Amino acid sequence: MTRLQDISYLEKVVVEQSSLRGGRRETLPRRVDLYRLPWLRPLIENRWPQLVLRILTLGGLVFTITAGLFGTRVGSHNFAIIFVWIAWWTSLKLGFIPFGGRAWCSICPIPLPGEWLQQASLLGPKRPRLGLNLQWPKRIHGSWLQAIGFLLIGLFSAVTLTDPHVTGWVLVGLLIVSCGLSLVFKHRAFCTHLCPVGGFSGMYAQASPVEVRTIDKELCAQHAVKSCYQVCPWGLYPLAFQDSSACGLCMECLRACPYDNLALNVRPFGTDLSRQKSPSHLGLAFLALIMLGSVMAFSAVFTGPWGWLKSASFEVGSLKWVGYALGYLLLNLIFMPGIFVLSVWVGNKFTHDGNKLKQSLATHAQALFPLGLMAWIAFTVSFALPKLNLIVGVLNDPFGWGWHWLGRIDLSQKTALTGVSSLLQVVLLVTGLYWSVRVVQTISTRNGKPVSVMNLPLVAFSLLFTLVMMWLLVG
Amino acid sequence: MNKLTSKSWYWILLIIAGLAVLWVPLPASASLPAERHFQVDAKRFEYSPEVLKVNLGDQVSIDLVATDVVHGLAVDGYNLEVKAEPGQTAHLTFIADQQGTFRFHCTVTCGNMHPFMTGKLEVGQNTLLWRSMALAGLAAIMAIWKAQK
Repeated sequence: MTRLQDISYLEKVVVEQSSLRGGRRETLPRRVDLYRLPWLRPLIENRWPQLVLRILTLGGLVFTITAGLFGTRVGSHNFAIIFVWIAWWTSLKLGFIPFGGRAWCSICPIPLPGEWLQQASLLGPKRPRLGLNLQWPKRIHGSWLQAIGFLLIGLFSAVTLTDPHVTGWVLVGLLIVSCGLSLVFKHRAFCTHLCPVGGFSGMYAQASPVEVRTIDKELCAQHAVKSCYQVCPWGLYPLAFQDSSACGLCMECLRACPYDNLALNVRPFGTDLSRQKSPSHLGLAFLALIMLGSVMAFSAVFTGPWGWLKSASFEVGSLKWVGYALGYLLLNLIFMPGIFVLSVWVGNKFTHDGNKLKQSLATHAQALFPLGLMAWIAFTVSFALPKLNLIVGVLNDPFGWGWHWLGRIDLSQKTALTGVSSLLQVVLLVTGLYWSVRVVQTISTRNGKPVSVMNLPLVAFSLLFTLVMMWLLVG
Repeated sequence: MNKLTSKSWYWILLIIAGLAVLWVPLPASASLPAERHFQVDAKRFEYSPEVLKVNLGDQVSIDLVATDVVHGLAVDGYNLEVKAEPGQTAHLTFIADQQGTFRFHCTVTCGNMHPFMTGKLEVGQNTLLWRSMALAGLAAIMAIWKAQK
C-alpha cells in the first residue's frame, strides 16, 4: 500500500495540506467506481500484483525474442509469431482495448526496463531519477509519429507478421528505443509519442468503458502538492482529463492521492466521444484514418484471395512490393484523408457549422473511432480466430525444433468458425456504423445545431467504408 | 405518452425492416445443375484461378496442381481436403450443395505466408453479402431517423 505519506520528500507538504476539505464529491452518472470495491481495492493499492504481472509479461517478451531470433524461420511453427500476432493481437483487439481501453499499457513489458532505470526503482517512483529528464519537443507532440509508425508496420506487415526473425528484431528494437528515450526524456516518452500500439489503444480507449477520473474537482484544484501528477509515470494530471486517450491505467495516481479523491470508473461505452476538439487533435484524426486504411489493406492482403497481393506485400524491395507500398501509401495518405476532408467540408457547407475546417476535422474524426474499432475486431475474427489451434502447437514446441513439451498432440483440428465468424463480422461492422452515425449526430447536437443538419456526407463516408469492409470480409 | 409511442414505432419499424432484410427470399438462380471442372495451380501463397464460381447443385471437380512445393486445398464449410506433391495433380470432386462464399486454403506449410494462402469458392449468390449491405444501409437510415426525433 502506498499513499502519498509514504513518499518521504512530500511528507511535510502533505501534513500542511491535510486541513483541506473537499467541497463536493461528484458522482458522475452511470458510473461504478471499481476502486471502492472492497475485494478489488487492495489489489490495486498494493503494487505487488501489478509488478508480478509486469515481470510475467517481461519474461514472456524475453522468451518471445529468444524464440524469434533462434527458433525456426517457419512462422506458423514459431512461438514468437503465433504469440505476438495471433494470441496477443487477438487479446488486444477483442479484450483489452474494447473493454479496458489502455489496460494493456499498465502491464506492457516494452517500456519497463526504461521506466525502472528512469525511476531507479522496481516498485514505484522514488528520487533521485536517472537520465537527462528532458521535455519532449513540442513540435512533435500529438499522434503524428505514432501514425507514421503504424504506416511503417503496414508497409512491412507481411514480413513482420510471418518472419520470426523480423518479429524478434522488431521487439529488440522497440525495447532499445523505449529504454533510450526513457533515459533522455521525462516520463513515458516512447509510449506517449512513438508507440504505434499505444497510439491506437489510446484512440480507441475513448470508446472503452473504463476511465480514471477525479471525484471532487474543487478539492483536487486546491491541493497544492498535486501528488497524482508528481507520481504519474506518464506526466499526466487527472483533473485535466478530457478523455481516456492518454491515461495508461497504471493506478499510481489512485495510490498517491492523500484524499482518496480518484475513481477507477466503469462507464457506458463511448462516453468520451463527440466532444469538441481543437485543431491540435488533428494528429489523432490522421491516425484514425490510417487505422481505417490499414484495416482495409490488411483484410485484402491477409484474408482476401488475391495471391499476387500477398506476394507483392511479402517480397520487400522487389518491384511488386514497391507497387504495393505505393498503393498502401496512396490509400492512407491521399485517398482516405481526401474523402474524409471532402465529406467534412461539404457537411460544413450544408450545416453552416461555423467551426473552422481544422476544428471540424478534429471533432468529426471521433466518428471514425467506433467505426475503426469494430472493423479491426471484425478483421481479427477472420485473421486470428481460425488460427488459434496454432497456439497449442507452439506451446508444445516453441522453437520449432521438434520438441513435445505437452506430449504428442494432434494439431490438425482447425477452429470451425466459418459460418459463425461471417455473421459475427456483419454484426460488428453494422454496430460500428450505427455507433459512428450516432457520434456524428451527437456532435451536431453539441454544436448547438438542430440535428436535422447533421453531417450526412460523413455518414455516407462511414457507410461506404462499412460496405467495403463487408465485401472484403464476407464477400 | 407520445414520446413512448414514437419510440415504440421506431423499434417496431426497425425490427420489421431488419427481419425483412434478413428473411425476404431473393430470386433463385434459374440454371440447372451442371458439371464444372477447374484446374487450380498452386504456387507460393497463390491459387490460380483464385476465385471459383459455380451454381448451387453443380458437381465440381478440381485438379490441384502444385507447381513449386507441396500444397494443399481445404474448403471451409465443406469439410474437403486434398494435397498435391510438386509437379503432381490431385483430384477433388464434390457436389456444391451449400450456397454462399467459402474460403479455401492451403493445408501444408509452404512458406511464410502459408497461413494466409487462400482462395474463394462462390456457390450461387452470396446472399449474406447482399443482406449485410442492406442491413448496413438500414442501420445508417435508422440512426439518422432516430437523430431527427
